[in-house]
Amino acid sequence: MAIPISYNFRNLWTRRLTTVLTISGMALVVFVFASMLMLAEGLQKTLVETGSYDNMIFLRKGAATEVVSGVSRDQASILETLPEIASGSKGQKLVAKETVVLVALPKKGSGKPSNVVLRGIGENSVLLRPQVRLVKGRLPRVGSSEVIIGTSIAKRFEGIEMDETLCCAMRNWRVVGIFDAGSTGFSSEVWGDIDQFMQAFRRPGYSSVIFRLRDPSEFQNVKSRVENDPRLTLVAKRETKYYAEQSEMMAKFLRILGTSLTIIFSLGAIIGAMITMYSAVANRIAEIGTLRALGFKRRDILIAFLVESLLLGLLGGLIGLFFASFMQLITISTMNFQTFAELAFSFTLTFEIIYKGMIFSLAMGFVGGLLPSIRASRMVIVDALRAS
Amino acid sequence: MFFLKILTRNAFRSRLRTGLTILGMTIAILAFGLLRTFVNAWYAGVEASSATRLVTRNAVSIIFPLPISYLDKIRQVDGVKMVSHGTWFGGVYIDEKNFFPNFAIEPKTYLELYPEFVLPPDQKEAFLKDRKGFVAGRKLVNKHGWKIGDIVTLKGLIFYGNWDFVLRGIYRGRDESTDETQFFFHWDYLNEGLKKKGHVWADQVGFFMIGVTRPELAADVSVAVDDTFRNSLAETLTETEKAFQQGFISMSGAIVTAIQIVSFVVIFIIMAVVANTMAMTTRERIGEYAILKTLGFRAMHIAGLVFGESLVITMMGCLLGIVLIFPATKIISTELGTYFPVFNVERETLFLNVSASWVVAFVSAIIPTRRAIRIRIADGLRRIG
Repeated sequence: MAIPISYNFRNLWTRRLTTVLTISGMALVVFVFASMLMLAEGLQKTLVETGSYDNMIFLRKGAATEVVSGVSRDQASILETLPEIASGSKGQKLVAKETVVLVALPKKGSGKPSNVVLRGIGENSVLLRPQVRLVKGRLPRVGSSEVIIGTSIAKRFEGIEMDETLCCAMRNWRVVGIFDAGSTGFSSEVWGDIDQFMQAFRRPGYSSVIFRLRDPSEFQNVKSRVENDPRLTLVAKRETKYYAEQSEMMAKFLRILGTSLTIIFSLGAIIGAMITMYSAVANRIAEIGTLRALGFKRRDILIAFLVESLLLGLLGGLIGLFFASFMQLITISTMNFQTFAELAFSFTLTFEIIYKGMIFSLAMGFVGGLLPSIRASRMVIVDALRAS
Repeated sequence: MFFLKILTRNAFRSRLRTGLTILGMTIAILAFGLLRTFVNAWYAGVEASSATRLVTRNAVSIIFPLPISYLDKIRQVDGVKMVSHGTWFGGVYIDEKNFFPNFAIEPKTYLELYPEFVLPPDQKEAFLKDRKGFVAGRKLVNKHGWKIGDIVTLKGLIFYGNWDFVLRGIYRGRDESTDETQFFFHWDYLNEGLKKKGHVWADQVGFFMIGVTRPELAADVSVAVDDTFRNSLAETLTETEKAFQQGFISMSGAIVTAIQIVSFVVIFIIMAVVANTMAMTTRERIGEYAILKTLGFRAMHIAGLVFGESLVITMMGCLLGIVLIFPATKIISTELGTYFPVFNVERETLFLNVSASWVVAFVSAIIPTRRAIRIRIADGLRRIG
């Protein structure tokens, strides 16, 4: 028969201060662990959701982002003639030629400039992005210096609101609408008429061409045709993959940083658990002797102490994750190294992070409790009973 | 001395527990110190940049170029001693993992503006003479095992194609904070290639570097330069190199702030551990404290014992941690040299470490001390174990 678990609970309760301190150490570690993973997850989720699986994007060979890419007008016209492009409700081909430039705008609060993506859009650009929804105002009129802004831009940048103007490239761009693109990268962008942008920013060509496939399975077919066409110096990607790639470097950086940090931090918490468990063993020598005399086996003692230590880990993990879950309310906005542009994303908690956090916490409890439990189980009955 | 002896004896009464606590403290101090160094390394570019050099770039954003014709106009501005220019080339050596900054520059003036890049005279001569030549920092050259005369090919991400360069010189940093991982080559070579392709960046540069005659003039010069190009096709933004670098850092500020916050978390974790140790210690010694009180010692003395012991433990951990920081940073800077060209422990970090240990020692002794002081003599004597 095993030692009942209520025994462990009562033991932890008796030494409340010690228990609370040990648990809070572990909870802090789990909190940091979960937060860093949530940050990486949030970044990745934002960029992955930005793309649509049906959409194909074409960039210049060797260009990893739209900002450094260039597609000339004649190349774009060749792409427009592809038969695999889906048709819209008015019979038009669902293809958009877009230009992306970066503009430094002052952030709210600090007033420090940060790079914002300005995207010149065509008539179909909005149709190609079903996530985008106007929440205020209207779309920019073709041929006018009007722009619409994403919700994250409206929130985080100084003086960019409805009916205000933002100036760059010797023009004043009037904000005529605010769009919400959910938690996607588009929410951190400013959109305006492509031809006006190309004029103003003196771009001779487009940055990218995007279209929806008539049938998503034709992707490979179109890709190989375009990439083997000697007239076209372009690469073709699914939009989802293109955006996912933009998050890779930073998400990896955050994950590696988070994991290595928490492993170092966890050493501290493990030591805390060890101290607690060693003293729990030392204080209860007589008790252990009694239990053994009553007939509990060495294995039972070992398990009982391990369970107690695991309980510490379990509670630490639960508390850490509980507080980490509040981090979901926070949205941070920072520069993505790969695109060089500002991107807003929030901490995202997933089941994977929850179970990883719990396993991590239990592992801390286990490692911390192992040596003390072994010591407890190895005690000789007579010596243990003799101890006062 | 006697007091210190009693504190140390007390601390090591439970060797295992104190040993573990010191170990934990060492790890925490080490982690804290490394994180601070990490944050400092992030700002290394700002620290190394000079306040007397100005950077002029396109006002719209860094991705837009400026025409090379601005060079002469900038030179005419009062207070300008020398003008050079550079262009971020964004080339990749074999794989994107081998990232290092590479710039197309006007070599003669650029090297003059950056006296911290120390180049042997014969290598400098060879670099200036060879249009396809490049110079690179010592760390970068060592990492890839290049030798003078080697041909290195970069794949252009912004300027499409493969570009060949010949290593003509290896520069060393004059100061410890100088970045030794950069790669510079002739802008003329780039420009020629771009003209052949009819690229929009032909005869355009990324930024101008301005050396001013006197540092006090920096602000006036930057206003004068920007005024010169107001209402032109490419308006300029001129700021000191320090502000320019700071601008880059502040864009990724959220990440740095996160690391800074996290570096304090480790202090809280260790605080919990030390407080736990101290709580156990005082609980075991309640009887002794009662005896001390009976002998006439005051609360102050008992507090001194507890605080002192806590301090002895944390300071030992702190010392060990500080001793270990130096070999640890050495390992990290050799392993991650490409990401953090400058990775040095600053004196401020050590001060922070020591003060953090004091804070940990005091905070973790508060509750145990309160318990030890509050115990009534009779209760304390009655209690066993």
